[in-house]
Amino acid sequence: MRQHSASLTAPRLSTVQTQNLTLHYGKKAAFKDVTLTLDPGKITTLIGPSGCGKTSFLNCLNRIVELTLNSVISGRILLEDQDIRTLNVINLRRRIGMLFQKPNPFPLSIQKNIEFPLRHHGIKSQRRIDEIIENSLQQVGLWQEVKDRLKTPALSLSGGQQQRLCLARALALDPEILLMDEPCSALDPISSEIIEDLFLRLRGRYTFLVVTHNLAQAKRIGDRTALFWVQEGSGTLIEAGTTPQLFENPQHALTRAYITGKKG
Amino acid sequence: MTKLAVLNKVFPMRWRGSMETFMTLLIWSVACFVVGVLLWLLSDLIWHGMGQISWTFLTTAPQKAGRAGGIAPILVSTALIVGVCLATAIPLGVGTAILLVEFSPQHSLFGRLVRLSLEVLAGVPSIVFGLFGNAFFSKTLGLGFSILAGGLTLACMVLPILIRATQEGLRAVPNDYRRSAAALGLSRTATLWVLLLPAAMPGLSVGILLGLGRAIAETAALIFTSGSVDRMPESLLDSGRALSVHIFDLAMNISGGEANAYASALLLILSLMVINAIISGLAHWFRDSRIQVI
Repeated sequence: MRQHSASLTAPRLSTVQTQNLTLHYGKKAAFKDVTLTLDPGKITTLIGPSGCGKTSFLNCLNRIVELTLNSVISGRILLEDQDIRTLNVINLRRRIGMLFQKPNPFPLSIQKNIEFPLRHHGIKSQRRIDEIIENSLQQVGLWQEVKDRLKTPALSLSGGQQQRLCLARALALDPEILLMDEPCSALDPISSEIIEDLFLRLRGRYTFLVVTHNLAQAKRIGDRTALFWVQEGSGTLIEAGTTPQLFENPQHALTRAYITGKKG
Repeated sequence: MTKLAVLNKVFPMRWRGSMETFMTLLIWSVACFVVGVLLWLLSDLIWHGMGQISWTFLTTAPQKAGRAGGIAPILVSTALIVGVCLATAIPLGVGTAILLVEFSPQHSLFGRLVRLSLEVLAGVPSIVFGLFGNAFFSKTLGLGFSILAGGLTLACMVLPILIRATQEGLRAVPNDYRRSAAALGLSRTATLWVLLLPAAMPGLSVGILLGLGRAIAETAALIFTSGSVDRMPESLLDSGRALSVHIFDLAMNISGGEANAYASALLLILSLMVINAIISGLAHWFRDSRIQVI
Protein backbone atom coordinates (compact mmCIF):
# COMPACT_ATOMS: atom_id res chain seq x y z
CA MET A 1 0.00 0.00 0.00
CA ARG A 2 1.22 3.47 -0.77
CA GLN A 3 2.34 5.67 2.06
CA HIS A 4 -0.06 8.49 2.66
CA SER A 5 1.26 11.96 3.43
CA ALA A 6 0.73 11.99 7.13
CA SER A 7 0.39 8.30 7.72
CA LEU A 8 3.69 7.45 9.27
CA THR A 9 1.39 6.60 12.11
CA ALA A 10 -1.34 4.04 11.45
CA PRO A 11 -4.46 5.55 9.85
CA ARG A 12 -6.98 6.79 12.38
CA LEU A 13 -10.21 4.99 11.82
CA SER A 14 -13.04 7.03 13.19
CA THR A 15 -16.70 6.53 13.48
CA VAL A 16 -19.59 8.92 13.10
CA GLN A 17 -22.84 8.42 14.87
CA THR A 18 -26.06 10.35 14.55
CA GLN A 19 -28.69 10.23 17.29
CA ASN A 20 -32.26 11.28 16.47
CA LEU A 21 -30.92 13.72 13.91
CA THR A 22 -33.55 15.99 12.39
CA LEU A 23 -32.99 18.75 9.87
CA HIS A 24 -35.43 21.53 9.07
CA TYR A 25 -35.20 24.06 6.27
CA GLY A 26 -37.42 26.76 7.72
CA LYS A 27 -40.65 24.95 8.64
CA LYS A 28 -40.13 22.01 6.32
CA ALA A 29 -38.36 18.93 7.66
CA ALA A 30 -35.78 17.52 5.25
CA PHE A 31 -35.47 14.35 7.31
CA LYS A 32 -36.49 13.25 10.77
CA ASP A 33 -35.12 11.19 13.59
CA VAL A 34 -32.22 9.51 11.85
CA THR A 35 -30.07 7.32 14.08
CA LEU A 36 -27.24 5.79 12.11
CA THR A 37 -23.69 4.69 12.79
CA LEU A 38 -20.88 4.70 10.22
CA ASP A 39 -18.55 1.81 10.95
CA PRO A 40 -14.86 2.73 11.03
CA GLY A 41 -12.99 1.88 7.86
CA LYS A 42 -16.12 0.66 6.12
CA ILE A 43 -18.08 1.97 3.17
CA THR A 44 -21.66 2.83 4.05
CA THR A 45 -23.86 3.50 1.04
CA LEU A 46 -26.97 5.63 1.32
CA ILE A 47 -29.76 4.91 -1.18
CA GLY A 48 -33.27 6.14 -1.77
CA PRO A 49 -35.38 8.09 -4.26
CA SER A 50 -34.75 11.78 -5.05
CA GLY A 51 -35.74 14.26 -2.40
CA CYS A 52 -35.58 11.82 0.50
CA GLY A 53 -32.96 13.82 2.36
CA LYS A 54 -29.84 11.75 1.58
CA THR A 55 -27.74 14.72 0.51
CA SER A 56 -29.11 16.89 3.32
CA PHE A 57 -28.09 14.18 5.78
CA LEU A 58 -24.59 14.09 4.31
CA ASN A 59 -24.33 17.88 4.52
CA CYS A 60 -25.08 17.80 8.24
CA LEU A 61 -22.11 15.64 9.09
CA ASN A 62 -19.50 18.28 8.19
CA ARG A 63 -21.85 21.15 9.08
CA ILE A 64 -21.79 22.41 5.51
CA VAL A 65 -25.57 22.57 5.78
CA GLU A 66 -25.06 25.70 7.87
CA LEU A 67 -24.29 27.55 4.64
CA THR A 68 -27.92 27.05 3.69
CA LEU A 69 -30.30 29.69 4.98
CA ASN A 70 -32.79 28.71 7.68
CA SER A 71 -31.36 25.26 8.30
CA VAL A 72 -31.94 24.03 11.84
CA ILE A 73 -30.45 20.82 13.16
CA SER A 74 -31.66 18.97 16.21
CA GLY A 75 -30.40 15.73 17.66
CA ARG A 76 -26.76 14.83 17.99
CA ILE A 77 -23.86 14.00 15.69
CA LEU A 78 -20.89 12.35 17.33
CA LEU A 79 -17.44 12.07 15.81
CA GLU A 80 -15.58 9.62 18.01
CA ASP A 81 -17.90 10.35 20.94
CA GLN A 82 -17.50 14.11 20.62
CA ASP A 83 -20.47 16.23 19.66
CA ILE A 84 -19.39 17.93 16.42
CA ARG A 85 -20.96 21.18 17.55
CA THR A 86 -18.30 21.42 20.26
CA LEU A 87 -15.50 21.03 17.70
CA ASN A 88 -13.88 23.87 15.80
CA VAL A 89 -15.62 23.87 12.42
CA ILE A 90 -12.40 24.36 10.44
CA ASN A 91 -10.81 21.34 12.13
CA LEU A 92 -13.99 19.34 11.80
CA ARG A 93 -14.01 19.85 8.05
CA ARG A 94 -10.38 18.93 7.86
CA ARG A 95 -11.18 15.63 9.57
CA ILE A 96 -14.28 15.03 7.41
CA GLY A 97 -13.54 15.35 3.69
CA MET A 98 -16.24 15.70 1.06
CA LEU A 99 -16.69 15.02 -2.62
CA PHE A 100 -19.55 16.68 -4.48
CA GLN A 101 -21.85 15.48 -7.22
CA LYS A 102 -20.29 17.75 -9.82
CA PRO A 103 -16.49 17.91 -9.91
CA ASN A 104 -15.61 21.33 -8.54
CA PRO A 105 -11.89 22.04 -8.64
CA PHE A 106 -10.96 25.65 -7.99
CA PRO A 107 -10.06 27.80 -11.00
CA LEU A 108 -6.40 27.46 -10.03
CA SER A 109 -3.59 25.29 -11.28
CA ILE A 110 -3.65 21.57 -10.49
CA GLN A 111 -0.92 22.09 -7.93
CA LYS A 112 -2.54 25.15 -6.31
CA ASN A 113 -5.80 23.25 -5.89
CA ILE A 114 -4.10 21.01 -3.35
CA GLU A 115 -1.57 23.53 -2.07
CA PHE A 116 -4.02 26.30 -1.16
CA PRO A 117 -5.98 24.28 1.43
CA LEU A 118 -2.76 22.79 2.82
CA ARG A 119 -1.21 26.21 3.38
CA HIS A 120 -4.43 27.41 4.91
CA HIS A 121 -4.24 24.59 7.42
CA GLY A 122 -0.79 25.69 8.45
CA ILE A 123 1.55 23.50 6.42
CA LYS A 124 4.27 25.91 5.35
CA SER A 125 7.26 23.94 4.12
CA GLN A 126 7.28 23.76 0.33
CA ARG A 127 9.08 20.39 0.41
CA ARG A 128 6.41 18.92 2.63
CA ILE A 129 3.68 20.39 0.44
CA ASP A 130 5.21 18.96 -2.75
CA GLU A 131 5.46 15.60 -1.03
CA ILE A 132 1.81 15.63 -0.01
CA ILE A 133 0.72 16.75 -3.49
CA GLU A 134 2.58 13.86 -5.07
CA ASN A 135 1.28 11.36 -2.53
CA SER A 136 -2.33 12.36 -2.80
CA LEU A 137 -2.23 12.45 -6.60
CA GLN A 138 -0.60 8.99 -6.51
CA GLN A 139 -3.41 7.74 -4.31
CA VAL A 140 -6.04 8.70 -6.85
CA GLY A 141 -3.94 7.47 -9.78
CA LEU A 142 -3.57 10.91 -11.29
CA TRP A 143 0.14 11.49 -10.72
CA GLN A 144 1.36 9.82 -13.91
CA GLU A 145 -1.20 11.76 -15.95
CA VAL A 146 -0.48 15.22 -14.59
CA LYS A 147 3.02 15.25 -13.10
CA ASP A 148 4.43 17.19 -16.06
CA ARG A 149 1.69 19.80 -16.07
CA LEU A 150 1.02 20.61 -12.44
CA LYS A 151 0.96 24.31 -13.29
CA THR A 152 -1.78 24.04 -15.89
CA PRO A 153 -5.38 24.96 -15.03
CA ALA A 154 -7.30 22.28 -13.17
CA LEU A 155 -10.33 23.13 -15.27
CA SER A 156 -8.52 21.88 -18.38
CA LEU A 157 -8.72 18.32 -17.03
CA SER A 158 -11.51 15.96 -18.09
CA GLY A 159 -14.52 15.51 -15.81
CA GLY A 160 -13.26 12.23 -14.40
CA GLN A 161 -9.80 13.65 -13.82
CA GLN A 162 -11.30 16.70 -12.14
CA GLN A 163 -13.26 14.49 -9.77
CA ARG A 164 -10.11 12.52 -8.93
CA LEU A 165 -8.28 15.81 -8.33
CA CYS A 166 -11.04 16.82 -5.93
CA LEU A 167 -10.63 13.51 -4.13
CA ALA A 168 -6.86 14.05 -3.97
CA ARG A 169 -7.47 17.54 -2.61
CA ALA A 170 -9.62 16.06 0.15
CA LEU A 171 -7.14 13.24 0.87
CA ALA A 172 -4.25 15.72 1.12
CA LEU A 173 -5.76 17.05 4.33
CA ASP A 174 -5.52 13.55 5.81
CA PRO A 175 -9.19 13.17 6.74
CA GLU A 176 -10.70 10.38 8.81
CA ILE A 177 -14.12 10.37 7.22
CA LEU A 178 -15.02 10.82 3.54
CA LEU A 179 -18.49 11.98 2.53
CA MET A 180 -19.41 11.35 -1.11
CA ASP A 181 -22.47 12.95 -2.64
CA GLU A 182 -23.28 10.92 -5.75
CA PRO A 183 -19.65 11.26 -6.81
CA CYS A 184 -20.09 9.42 -10.11
CA SER A 185 -23.41 10.73 -11.30
CA ALA A 186 -21.88 13.47 -13.48
CA LEU A 187 -19.22 11.18 -14.95
CA ASP A 188 -19.02 8.85 -17.93
CA PRO A 189 -19.07 5.09 -17.22
CA ILE A 190 -15.29 4.66 -17.54
CA SER A 191 -14.43 7.55 -15.21
CA SER A 192 -17.09 6.39 -12.84
CA GLU A 193 -15.56 2.91 -12.74
CA ILE A 194 -12.14 4.42 -11.95
CA ILE A 195 -13.63 6.35 -9.03
CA GLU A 196 -15.43 3.27 -7.77
CA ASP A 197 -12.20 1.28 -7.87
CA LEU A 198 -10.54 4.04 -5.88
CA PHE A 199 -13.12 3.72 -3.13
CA LEU A 200 -12.51 0.00 -2.95
CA ARG A 201 -8.74 0.58 -2.78
CA LEU A 202 -9.14 3.16 -0.03
CA ARG A 203 -11.57 1.04 1.94
CA GLY A 204 -10.14 0.25 5.35
CA ARG A 205 -8.17 3.48 5.46
CA TYR A 206 -11.07 5.90 5.71
CA THR A 207 -14.64 5.71 6.88
CA PHE A 208 -16.89 6.29 3.87
CA LEU A 209 -20.42 7.49 3.47
CA VAL A 210 -21.47 7.34 -0.18
CA VAL A 211 -24.80 8.69 -1.36
CA THR A 212 -25.79 7.08 -4.63
CA HIS A 213 -28.74 6.75 -6.97
CA ASN A 214 -27.17 3.74 -8.52
CA LEU A 215 -28.35 0.59 -6.75
CA ALA A 216 -25.82 -1.60 -8.52
CA GLN A 217 -23.05 0.70 -7.32
CA ALA A 218 -24.40 0.68 -3.77
CA LYS A 219 -24.32 -3.10 -3.88
CA ARG A 220 -20.85 -3.33 -5.45
CA ILE A 221 -18.97 -1.01 -3.13
CA GLY A 222 -21.00 -1.02 0.08
CA ASP A 223 -20.16 -2.83 3.30
CA ARG A 224 -23.28 -1.45 4.85
CA THR A 225 -26.28 0.17 3.20
CA ALA A 226 -29.03 2.41 4.48
CA LEU A 227 -32.30 3.25 2.74
CA PHE A 228 -33.99 6.64 3.08
CA TRP A 229 -37.58 7.22 2.04
CA VAL A 230 -40.01 10.11 2.05
CA GLN A 231 -42.72 9.52 4.62
CA GLU A 232 -45.27 12.17 5.55
CA GLY A 233 -43.37 14.80 3.61
CA SER A 234 -39.95 14.30 5.11
CA GLY A 235 -37.07 11.87 4.80
CA THR A 236 -36.91 8.90 7.11
CA LEU A 237 -34.37 6.14 7.60
CA ILE A 238 -36.25 2.97 6.68
CA GLU A 239 -33.66 0.31 7.10
CA ALA A 240 -29.93 -0.06 7.61
CA GLY A 241 -27.82 -3.19 7.62
CA THR A 242 -24.95 -4.96 5.95
CA THR A 243 -25.14 -4.60 2.20
CA PRO A 244 -25.68 -8.29 1.36
CA GLN A 245 -28.36 -8.57 4.00
CA LEU A 246 -30.19 -5.45 2.84
CA PHE A 247 -30.17 -6.52 -0.78
CA GLU A 248 -30.83 -10.21 -0.30
CA ASN A 249 -32.98 -10.29 2.75
CA PRO A 250 -34.62 -6.91 3.27
CA GLN A 251 -36.69 -6.60 6.43
CA HIS A 252 -38.94 -3.81 5.28
CA ALA A 253 -41.53 -3.97 2.51
CA LEU A 254 -40.39 -0.61 1.09
CA THR A 255 -36.81 -1.81 0.85
CA ARG A 256 -37.93 -4.90 -1.01
CA ALA A 257 -40.03 -2.81 -3.40
CA TYR A 258 -37.20 -0.34 -4.00
CA ILE A 259 -34.39 -2.80 -4.65
CA THR A 260 -36.54 -4.84 -6.99
CA GLY A 261 -37.50 -1.72 -8.89
CA LYS A 262 -41.18 -1.80 -7.99
CA LYS A 263 -40.98 1.56 -6.27
CA GLY A 264 -38.82 4.67 -6.38
CA MET B 1 -54.46 28.08 -33.63
CA THR B 2 -50.92 26.80 -33.30
CA LYS B 3 -47.98 29.14 -33.25
CA LEU B 4 -46.93 27.98 -36.68
CA ALA B 5 -50.35 28.68 -38.11
CA VAL B 6 -50.27 32.21 -36.69
CA LEU B 7 -46.83 32.71 -38.11
CA ASN B 8 -47.98 31.51 -41.53
CA LYS B 9 -50.91 33.86 -41.47
CA VAL B 10 -48.88 36.92 -40.47
CA PHE B 11 -45.93 36.16 -42.71
CA PRO B 12 -47.00 34.05 -45.70
CA MET B 13 -44.30 31.72 -46.98
CA ARG B 14 -43.52 33.78 -50.07
CA TRP B 15 -42.66 36.80 -47.89
CA ARG B 16 -40.33 34.95 -45.61
CA GLY B 17 -37.20 35.47 -47.66
CA SER B 18 -37.66 39.21 -48.06
CA MET B 19 -38.75 39.50 -44.43
CA GLU B 20 -35.45 37.92 -43.42
CA THR B 21 -33.52 40.39 -45.57
CA PHE B 22 -35.51 43.30 -44.22
CA MET B 23 -34.88 42.29 -40.60
CA THR B 24 -31.17 41.83 -41.22
CA LEU B 25 -30.99 45.26 -42.82
CA LEU B 26 -32.93 46.80 -39.94
CA ILE B 27 -30.63 45.31 -37.31
CA TRP B 28 -27.53 46.39 -39.19
CA SER B 29 -28.79 49.90 -39.68
CA VAL B 30 -29.61 50.28 -35.99
CA ALA B 31 -26.11 49.11 -35.12
CA CYS B 32 -24.58 51.48 -37.69
CA PHE B 33 -26.65 54.34 -36.32
CA VAL B 34 -25.32 53.81 -32.81
CA VAL B 35 -21.73 53.62 -33.97
CA GLY B 36 -22.39 56.57 -36.28
CA VAL B 37 -23.52 58.83 -33.45
CA LEU B 38 -20.36 58.04 -31.50
CA LEU B 39 -18.16 58.64 -34.54
CA TRP B 40 -19.93 61.89 -35.34
CA LEU B 41 -19.46 63.12 -31.78
CA LEU B 42 -15.80 62.14 -31.76
CA SER B 43 -15.03 63.58 -35.17
CA ASP B 44 -16.76 66.84 -34.26
CA LEU B 45 -14.62 67.09 -31.13
CA ILE B 46 -11.46 66.19 -33.01
CA TRP B 47 -12.25 68.59 -35.87
CA HIS B 48 -12.77 71.55 -33.57
CA GLY B 49 -10.53 70.64 -30.70
CA MET B 50 -7.46 68.91 -32.10
CA GLY B 51 -5.94 72.15 -33.40
CA GLN B 52 -5.87 73.65 -29.90
CA ILE B 53 -4.17 70.76 -28.20
CA SER B 54 -0.44 71.15 -27.87
CA TRP B 55 2.20 70.62 -25.24
CA THR B 56 1.82 74.26 -24.18
CA PHE B 57 -1.92 73.82 -23.87
CA LEU B 58 -1.39 70.89 -21.51
CA THR B 59 1.27 72.53 -19.39
CA THR B 60 0.29 76.17 -18.91
CA ALA B 61 -2.35 77.94 -16.87
CA PRO B 62 -5.46 79.43 -18.48
CA GLN B 63 -5.42 83.13 -19.35
CA LYS B 64 -8.24 85.60 -20.00
CA ALA B 65 -10.75 83.38 -18.15
CA GLY B 66 -9.81 80.41 -20.32
CA ARG B 67 -10.06 82.02 -23.75
CA ALA B 68 -6.33 81.66 -24.08
CA GLY B 69 -3.57 79.72 -22.36
CA GLY B 70 -3.72 76.10 -21.29
CA ILE B 71 -5.46 73.89 -18.78
CA ALA B 72 -2.67 72.47 -16.61
CA PRO B 73 -4.24 73.38 -13.22
CA ILE B 74 -7.57 72.02 -14.37
CA LEU B 75 -6.05 68.67 -15.32
CA VAL B 76 -4.33 68.49 -11.94
CA SER B 77 -7.52 69.40 -10.05
CA THR B 78 -9.52 66.84 -12.02
CA ALA B 79 -6.99 64.10 -11.30
CA LEU B 80 -7.01 64.97 -7.61
CA ILE B 81 -10.81 65.07 -7.35
CA VAL B 82 -11.20 61.75 -9.16
CA GLY B 83 -8.35 60.33 -7.06
CA VAL B 84 -10.03 61.33 -3.78
CA CYS B 85 -13.32 59.97 -5.08
CA LEU B 86 -11.97 56.54 -6.06
CA ALA B 87 -9.71 56.21 -3.03
CA THR B 88 -12.75 56.66 -0.80
CA ALA B 89 -15.39 54.91 -2.87
CA ILE B 90 -13.54 51.72 -3.86
CA PRO B 91 -12.74 50.42 -0.35
CA LEU B 92 -16.14 51.47 0.99
CA GLY B 93 -18.04 50.10 -1.98
CA VAL B 94 -16.21 46.80 -2.24
CA GLY B 95 -16.44 46.33 1.52
CA THR B 96 -20.18 46.96 1.55
CA ALA B 97 -20.77 44.63 -1.38
CA ILE B 98 -18.78 41.85 0.29
CA LEU B 99 -20.73 42.34 3.50
CA LEU B 100 -24.04 42.22 1.65
CA VAL B 101 -23.32 39.23 -0.57
CA GLU B 102 -21.05 37.08 1.53
CA PHE B 103 -21.84 37.82 5.14
CA SER B 104 -25.47 38.84 5.42
CA PRO B 105 -28.35 36.55 4.51
CA GLN B 106 -30.02 37.49 1.24
CA HIS B 107 -33.34 38.40 2.84
CA SER B 108 -32.29 39.88 6.18
CA LEU B 109 -33.84 43.18 7.20
CA PHE B 110 -30.41 44.81 7.21
CA GLY B 111 -29.66 43.62 3.70
CA ARG B 112 -33.04 44.78 2.42
CA LEU B 113 -32.64 48.22 3.98
CA VAL B 114 -29.19 48.71 2.50
CA ARG B 115 -30.37 47.53 -0.92
CA LEU B 116 -33.34 49.87 -0.84
CA SER B 117 -31.21 52.87 0.11
CA LEU B 118 -28.77 52.03 -2.66
CA GLU B 119 -31.54 51.96 -5.23
CA VAL B 120 -32.81 55.33 -4.06
CA LEU B 121 -29.29 56.79 -3.95
CA ALA B 122 -28.53 55.59 -7.48
CA GLY B 123 -31.52 57.55 -8.76
CA VAL B 124 -30.82 60.82 -6.97
CA PRO B 125 -29.96 63.65 -9.42
CA SER B 126 -26.41 64.90 -9.16
CA ILE B 127 -27.47 68.43 -8.28
CA VAL B 128 -28.95 67.06 -5.06
CA PHE B 129 -25.63 65.41 -4.26
CA GLY B 130 -24.03 68.77 -4.93
CA LEU B 131 -26.28 70.53 -2.43
CA PHE B 132 -25.76 67.77 0.10
CA GLY B 133 -21.98 67.92 -0.38
CA ASN B 134 -22.05 71.66 0.00
CA ALA B 135 -24.10 71.49 3.19
CA PHE B 136 -22.27 68.55 4.75
CA PHE B 137 -18.66 68.49 3.55
CA SER B 138 -18.17 72.20 2.81
CA LYS B 139 -20.16 73.74 5.68
CA THR B 140 -20.71 71.21 8.47
CA LEU B 141 -17.28 69.60 8.22
CA GLY B 142 -15.75 72.94 7.34
CA LEU B 143 -13.89 71.76 4.24
CA GLY B 144 -15.11 74.79 2.30
CA PHE B 145 -14.89 74.80 -1.49
CA SER B 146 -12.14 72.24 -1.83
CA ILE B 147 -10.93 69.33 -3.88
CA LEU B 148 -11.48 67.13 -0.83
CA ALA B 149 -15.13 68.18 -0.51
CA GLY B 150 -15.66 67.64 -4.24
CA GLY B 151 -14.00 64.23 -4.26
CA LEU B 152 -15.99 63.06 -1.24
CA THR B 153 -19.25 64.25 -2.78
CA LEU B 154 -18.45 62.34 -5.96
CA ALA B 155 -17.62 59.29 -3.83
CA CYS B 156 -21.16 59.38 -2.36
CA MET B 157 -22.48 59.58 -5.89
CA VAL B 158 -20.57 56.66 -7.37
CA LEU B 159 -20.88 54.45 -4.30
CA PRO B 160 -24.22 52.88 -5.31
CA ILE B 161 -22.92 52.09 -8.81
CA LEU B 162 -19.79 50.52 -7.41
CA ILE B 163 -21.60 48.49 -4.78
CA ARG B 164 -24.13 47.22 -7.29
CA ALA B 165 -21.47 46.13 -9.78
CA THR B 166 -19.39 44.39 -7.12
CA GLN B 167 -22.48 42.62 -5.83
CA GLU B 168 -23.29 41.40 -9.33
CA GLY B 169 -19.70 40.29 -9.81
CA LEU B 170 -19.69 38.31 -6.55
CA ARG B 171 -23.11 36.78 -7.20
CA ALA B 172 -21.94 35.57 -10.60
CA VAL B 173 -19.25 33.44 -8.94
CA PRO B 174 -20.59 29.88 -8.79
CA ASN B 175 -21.71 28.77 -5.32
CA ASP B 176 -19.70 25.60 -5.89
CA TYR B 177 -16.55 27.50 -5.02
CA ARG B 178 -17.95 28.57 -1.67
CA ARG B 179 -19.25 25.12 -0.80
CA SER B 180 -16.16 23.21 -1.85
CA ALA B 181 -13.92 25.72 -0.07
CA ALA B 182 -16.00 25.42 3.09
CA ALA B 183 -15.91 21.62 2.85
CA LEU B 184 -12.10 21.80 2.83
CA GLY B 185 -12.17 23.82 6.03
CA LEU B 186 -11.13 27.07 4.39
CA SER B 187 -12.16 30.27 6.14
CA ARG B 188 -14.45 32.72 4.42
CA THR B 189 -11.73 35.35 4.32
CA ALA B 190 -9.30 33.05 2.54
CA THR B 191 -11.98 31.93 0.10
CA LEU B 192 -12.87 35.53 -0.59
CA TRP B 193 -9.33 36.64 -1.14
CA VAL B 194 -8.05 33.70 -3.17
CA LEU B 195 -11.14 32.73 -5.16
CA LEU B 196 -14.13 35.04 -5.01
CA LEU B 197 -12.61 38.50 -5.41
CA PRO B 198 -10.37 37.56 -8.35
CA ALA B 199 -13.32 35.88 -10.06
CA ALA B 200 -15.49 38.95 -9.41
CA MET B 201 -12.79 41.31 -10.65
CA PRO B 202 -14.12 41.89 -14.18
CA GLY B 203 -17.52 42.86 -12.72
CA LEU B 204 -15.85 45.10 -10.19
CA SER B 205 -13.83 46.84 -12.89
CA VAL B 206 -17.00 47.54 -14.87
CA GLY B 207 -18.38 49.17 -11.73
CA ILE B 208 -15.26 51.27 -11.27
CA LEU B 209 -15.42 52.33 -14.91
CA LEU B 210 -19.09 53.29 -14.74
CA GLY B 211 -18.49 55.16 -11.50
CA LEU B 212 -15.44 56.86 -12.89
CA GLY B 213 -17.32 57.83 -16.02
CA ARG B 214 -19.98 59.45 -13.90
CA ALA B 215 -17.41 61.14 -11.63
CA ILE B 216 -15.23 62.55 -14.36
CA ALA B 217 -18.19 63.92 -16.29
CA GLU B 218 -19.83 65.45 -13.25
CA THR B 219 -20.44 69.18 -13.28
CA ALA B 220 -23.44 70.01 -11.13
CA ALA B 221 -22.21 68.35 -7.97
CA LEU B 222 -18.76 69.91 -8.27
CA ILE B 223 -19.74 73.54 -8.78
CA PHE B 224 -21.09 73.55 -5.22
CA THR B 225 -18.26 71.63 -3.62
CA SER B 226 -14.90 71.96 -5.28
CA GLY B 227 -15.73 75.34 -6.80
CA SER B 228 -14.40 76.78 -10.00
CA VAL B 229 -11.13 78.48 -9.12
CA ASP B 230 -8.79 77.82 -12.05
CA ARG B 231 -5.48 78.28 -10.22
CA MET B 232 -3.08 75.41 -9.62
CA PRO B 233 -4.20 73.74 -6.37
CA GLU B 234 -1.60 73.58 -3.62
CA SER B 235 -3.33 71.06 -1.38
CA LEU B 236 -6.51 68.99 -1.22
CA LEU B 237 -8.08 71.80 0.78
CA ASP B 238 -7.70 74.26 -2.09
CA SER B 239 -10.57 74.88 -4.43
CA GLY B 240 -10.00 73.35 -7.88
CA ARG B 241 -11.83 73.43 -11.17
CA ALA B 242 -12.64 70.08 -12.75
CA LEU B 243 -12.49 69.60 -16.54
CA SER B 244 -16.24 69.30 -16.90
CA VAL B 245 -16.80 72.50 -14.92
CA HIS B 246 -14.22 74.21 -17.12
CA ILE B 247 -15.99 73.07 -20.27
CA PHE B 248 -19.33 74.22 -18.90
CA ASP B 249 -17.88 77.62 -17.99
CA LEU B 250 -16.14 78.12 -21.33
CA ALA B 251 -19.15 77.07 -23.34
CA MET B 252 -21.81 78.94 -21.38
CA ASN B 253 -20.24 81.95 -19.72
CA ILE B 254 -17.19 83.00 -21.72
CA SER B 255 -17.70 84.39 -25.18
CA GLY B 256 -14.87 83.27 -27.44
CA GLY B 257 -14.18 80.25 -25.25
CA GLU B 258 -15.60 77.63 -27.65
CA ALA B 259 -12.30 76.56 -29.17
CA ASN B 260 -10.78 75.77 -25.80
CA ALA B 261 -14.02 74.19 -24.66
CA TYR B 262 -13.76 71.77 -27.59
CA ALA B 263 -10.15 71.03 -26.82
CA SER B 264 -10.98 70.35 -23.15
CA ALA B 265 -13.88 68.11 -24.09
CA LEU B 266 -11.65 66.14 -26.42
CA LEU B 267 -9.12 65.72 -23.62
CA LEU B 268 -11.89 64.58 -21.28
CA ILE B 269 -12.98 61.87 -23.72
CA LEU B 270 -9.41 60.80 -24.43
CA SER B 271 -8.51 60.55 -20.77
CA LEU B 272 -11.64 58.52 -20.11
CA MET B 273 -10.62 56.07 -22.83
CA VAL B 274 -7.09 55.77 -21.51
CA ILE B 275 -8.30 55.23 -17.94
CA ASN B 276 -10.81 52.62 -19.20
CA ALA B 277 -8.03 50.70 -20.87
CA ILE B 278 -5.79 50.89 -17.82
CA ILE B 279 -8.45 49.78 -15.35
CA SER B 280 -9.74 46.85 -17.36
CA GLY B 281 -6.15 45.84 -18.05
CA LEU B 282 -5.35 45.94 -14.33
CA ALA B 283 -8.50 44.00 -13.46
CA HIS B 284 -7.69 41.20 -15.90
CA TRP B 285 -4.09 41.14 -14.76
CA PHE B 286 -5.22 40.86 -11.13
CA ARG B 287 -7.61 38.05 -11.96
CA ASP B 288 -5.24 36.12 -14.19
CA SER B 289 -2.38 36.39 -11.74
CA ARG B 290 -4.56 34.69 -9.14
CA ILE B 291 -6.94 32.33 -10.83
CA GLN B 292 -6.97 30.42 -14.10
CA VAL B 293 -10.18 30.63 -16.01
CA ILE B 294 -10.54 28.54 -19.11
